[in-house]
Amino acid sequence: MSLHKLTLRELQDKFTKGEVTAREIVSAYTLRINQVEPKVKAYITRAHESAMAQAETLDQKLKAWRRTMPLMGMPLAIKDNICTEGVLTTCASRILGTFVPPYDATVIARLRGRSYLLLGKSNLDEFAMGSSTENSAFGPSRNPWNLGCIPGGSSGGSAAAVAADECVAALGSDTGGSIRQPAACCGVVGLKPTYGRVSRFGLVAFASSLDQIGPITKDVADAAILLNVIAGHDPLDSTSADLPVPDYTRALKKKDVKKLKIGVPKEYFAEGLDPEVERAVLDAIEELKKLGGEIKDVALPTTDAAIATYYLIATAEASSNLARYDGVKYGLRSKQTKDLLEMYIKTRQEGFGPEVKRRIMLGTYALSAGYYEAYYGKAQAVRTLIRHDFEAAFREVDLIVTPVMPTPAFKLGEKIQDPLQMYLSDIYTISVNLAGIPAISVPCGFSKAGLPIGLQILGRPFEEETALRGAHAYEQATNWRMKRPTIR
Amino acid sequence: MKISKEEVEHVAKLARLEITEAEKEVFSKQLSDILTFMDKLKTLNTEGVEPTATVLEQTNVFREDKSRASLPVEKALANAPESEAGHFRVPKILEER
Repeated sequence: MSLHKLTLRELQDKFTKGEVTAREIVSAYTLRINQVEPKVKAYITRAHESAMAQAETLDQKLKAWRRTMPLMGMPLAIKDNICTEGVLTTCASRILGTFVPPYDATVIARLRGRSYLLLGKSNLDEFAMGSSTENSAFGPSRNPWNLGCIPGGSSGGSAAAVAADECVAALGSDTGGSIRQPAACCGVVGLKPTYGRVSRFGLVAFASSLDQIGPITKDVADAAILLNVIAGHDPLDSTSADLPVPDYTRALKKKDVKKLKIGVPKEYFAEGLDPEVERAVLDAIEELKKLGGEIKDVALPTTDAAIATYYLIATAEASSNLARYDGVKYGLRSKQTKDLLEMYIKTRQEGFGPEVKRRIMLGTYALSAGYYEAYYGKAQAVRTLIRHDFEAAFREVDLIVTPVMPTPAFKLGEKIQDPLQMYLSDIYTISVNLAGIPAISVPCGFSKAGLPIGLQILGRPFEEETALRGAHAYEQATNWRMKRPTIR
Repeated sequence: MKISKEEVEHVAKLARLEITEAEKEVFSKQLSDILTFMDKLKTLNTEGVEPTATVLEQTNVFREDKSRASLPVEKALANAPESEAGHFRVPKILEER
């Protein structure tokens, strides 16, 4: 069997047993990437040479003493808004087109500690702002199931790379669905951890109160393995939670959801939900019932206000965070400007793409004198109502299940001219970020056109284990993961 | 909420963005559409509701006041478009008199 088809767990097993070397792994993936990358365009930067050098060092080290750890020798794709020391990190923006970070993000330092192999930096919407990767300054990635469709976003490159076997697993970031939605579009697994579960140090900030790094993988077990390595307290991120990290793979031992109460919010099955997606998700809920879950209706009445709330808070935070791109310390600087103010303005004009500008404008407006209370202040209060909805629901149930996206992946270009339509496609994923809870996207079927559909499972804060258990039980009871895309 | 071209210009100035005439038109329409959609929040009663700035329950996080290793100057300057004598170099700020 070709190495690139294996899951992280399977490849890890082969590597641990010494059946395959790190060099062989890098060679196999390089071959695979060379084959399909011209079509999929998952990567912004490839790191073949450094990966091969790391692999050689690792193989040498293991010759002397064969002792392996999870993630050792495993070839990953890292979303290009996560800092990798010495490797270009662009955020898919012209303004950071030449930025080589002088340090590693904490998640990368942890992976390096395990001697992982960095295959490359994967594509995204510029500064993670978008739902399709079409906002990348370097061009969109493609959906491996249908090259005319979006891979989702903003971690579309990571999801496409996993689905196309261009890496064994990937890291993404999720501010309003940017891990779960591309995972659903590409038929893979994506986990957004609880806010504070994974350090954000070295993740280029979009909306600091919402951003979270998480795994995108071929199956649920792989997500647990990767989360084990990246989760945990980090003194360098004051918002990372100082709580013990369980072994998430233990959550997978039970192959059922017996004694779990599973909530279904009617607000998530309303107007705008594609009938094929609805059918697939309802069938999945039926399957969870067969696996021993007690299905209950729950109410999340503030759902209708979530998009407006999210796009005020996220853009307000973004307008502050992106103020740092001024042409002084790193990245692009506009040439031949006569004074400092002109340099700032011209640099930002040349460096940012339309969606980033639109969001900076929106956020600046929401924070500006005279509008702060009416927009930003109001959104923060509604955010509290959304949190209360989830707190009340999770007093009744252990998990909540919903669709990930209202439709399967749409066509490239379909929504790019209408930003509001694009924002509306985030309806099922953004509340999770506003409430700070964990959620996982797992494949639950295909549309008639052959595009993957995702099931979203939400859990209580810091109860990733329960969400993983539910997703794993469902995944193991169904065969969706066996179907792989043919790239053409 | 209708956003006029003048308001677009004002916000662009606050955000240190330069907006072309064509962009002014587009942003005026798009931001109006988006903010009109957001006006639905006004129908929700939030009287007495505390705002959420973060979902974390912790307040301040302290560390010991000890000096630590930091990024060497040359590494910190490595990405700078222009640097000189250990500093970031920028265009003139003050006019000569």
